[in-house]
Amino acid sequence: MNTAGRSDHPRLDPRAGRMRRRAANRLMLLLAGLMTILALVPLFWIVGYVIYRGSGSLNLAFFTQLPRPLGMEGGGVLSAIQGTLLLSLLACIMAIPPGMLAALYAARHPNTPLGVALRFGTDVLSGVPSIVIGLFCYSVVVKAQGHFSGLAGAAALAIIMMPTIIRTTEEMVRLVPQTLREASLALGAPEWKTSLSVILPAAVNGIVTGVLLGIARASGETAPLLFTALGNEQFEIGRIIRNGAASGAGFLEIAASIFSQPVDSLPLTLWKYAQQPYPERVEQSWAVALVLMILVLALNILARAWVSSRARFLRQTRGNK
Amino acid sequence: MHKMRPSIQTYASPLRTRLGKAWLHGDRLWQVVLIAMSLLVIGLVAALGVMLWRDSAAARTAYGAGFIQPTSEVTWNPVTDEYQAWPFIYGTLITSLVAIALALPVSLGVAVFLAELCPGWLRQPLSWLLELLAAIPSVIYGLWGIFVVLPGVIAPLGSLLVNTLGAVPGLNTFFNGPIPLSGASRLAAGMILSVMIIPTIASVTRDVLLAVPDSQREASLALGATRWESIWKVVLPYGLSGILGASIMGLGRALGETMAVTMVIGNSIDGSVSLLRPGYTMSSIIANQFAEAVSALHSSALIEIGLVLFVITLVLNSLARLLVWRVARRAPSEARS
Repeated sequence: MNTAGRSDHPRLDPRAGRMRRRAANRLMLLLAGLMTILALVPLFWIVGYVIYRGSGSLNLAFFTQLPRPLGMEGGGVLSAIQGTLLLSLLACIMAIPPGMLAALYAARHPNTPLGVALRFGTDVLSGVPSIVIGLFCYSVVVKAQGHFSGLAGAAALAIIMMPTIIRTTEEMVRLVPQTLREASLALGAPEWKTSLSVILPAAVNGIVTGVLLGIARASGETAPLLFTALGNEQFEIGRIIRNGAASGAGFLEIAASIFSQPVDSLPLTLWKYAQQPYPERVEQSWAVALVLMILVLALNILARAWVSSRARFLRQTRGNK
Repeated sequence: MHKMRPSIQTYASPLRTRLGKAWLHGDRLWQVVLIAMSLLVIGLVAALGVMLWRDSAAARTAYGAGFIQPTSEVTWNPVTDEYQAWPFIYGTLITSLVAIALALPVSLGVAVFLAELCPGWLRQPLSWLLELLAAIPSVIYGLWGIFVVLPGVIAPLGSLLVNTLGAVPGLNTFFNGPIPLSGASRLAAGMILSVMIIPTIASVTRDVLLAVPDSQREASLALGATRWESIWKVVLPYGLSGILGASIMGLGRALGETMAVTMVIGNSIDGSVSLLRPGYTMSSIIANQFAEAVSALHSSALIEIGLVLFVITLVLNSLARLLVWRVARRAPSEARS
């Protein structure tokens, strides 16, 4: 080392510089770790607080009774629970078939103009604010029908689910080995049969994950339902069916009357209750938040656990060969 | 046994053979179905734009470009049918900017920790937790915001800011008090939004950092740089356009977020620009008024606000995808060479 150039000035002392750099290194790396903890604080805060406030109002009546009139104690949110299930189911029926078929196209033809446009369209669709999708379904479905309905709400949720389903299905279909496809084609199966009975079953786990994540996202959405499904505190599927059967209506008529009514959902109820000045409603809104949070987080955890267990299984079988 | 087997042609009728050939045993139909479904998805996006454009026609002809121009006067009157969108556009922009400013340093820290520092066994669980944070529905954020963050964090912080930054000339337009007792304000909306967009920015940035080739890190470390120096001066600049893309994606999410913002921003239209006053955003005015729109012009004006929101998020998301794609495309080719 050249000692002649060393000065007494601390800024020019190489040892001091090294100390400073090392200290800065420690500090900034520590800061990165602290930021990670800071980012996760809201998660535990929200989950913990919702459990703390919500578990008090949870009881059997909460799940089995319709809301009572304002100011009365008790009652439940059966209408919202049934509505959320109905909307999610209907949205799945509307979103899964077109989403899966479009994903099959995108996976087979990634570089054709249509394939590129499809991928771009999917990205755009996933970025559109959900309230704008609500406006769209209002002008397309509600205006055409002339009234708010569960059908319109389900259509909005279907559009919201679609990008998730397309993206995960496309990724999973691409992971299916090319040899499987070629083997099926070599046996004389046409392309459609290969897709439906070889490729889709091989990719089914990923697709289920995508669908679960899509449901989780859609079932927590409020904004697109505000002026499509609207909310309906008297919504009860059992009563509609009983009334329909009593008046001698056929299966299709009953189904149509279920879909054409305004429908409540858990997030909609939560939004309405949280803004009301009645303390018992606010207490119930925490319970609704708890149920909704458990539903959404459970779907998410289930989806990810499914994928990681499948991945481990695949890795093991490959290792045994 | 000894009978002659009839040849295959006798079973298949000539018509079916011809049809089978023309349709490639159903494959042509299959192709048509796949293409139709792809067109359906693309058509949905196009239809979104077309519908919003068509239904906002009344407002567009009535108010012209003045509808979205910056103005200091507040005009939003459903009774006399006079509307201007600037207060809502301003509210959306300022809350999203606050959100990005708060979320970006935290997200960068998280991404650096996940991609560069943390042990392998911890990476997956932490990423999961981040994804759970992103999965919590927006209304639950709003509920937590109303009953926990507003009284517990924003109200005291707000009065502190009024007394400190509110007295600084220049800054005081943005930190004018008094903050409402409930705490509902633009600052509250921005803070809730920042929590909601951290997972988006952090996870995209983490992927960008993981795509940076190891040779870059090794070269920097070999030259004697500390770990932090090689992250700050080599890895982050290498992924800069991807990080920019991630931030724009987060911005896009913040702009369109509705429920949580509507619940904490206080929903009032006054002429103030202060962060500590209640305000309105584009999405929250739609959420609050569209279902009860009093006149055709009122709902048309709200749909035009939706159109503005759609166009902004469309442009931002396309830009973000381009930026992230560039990093992702560049990285593997250099890593291989």
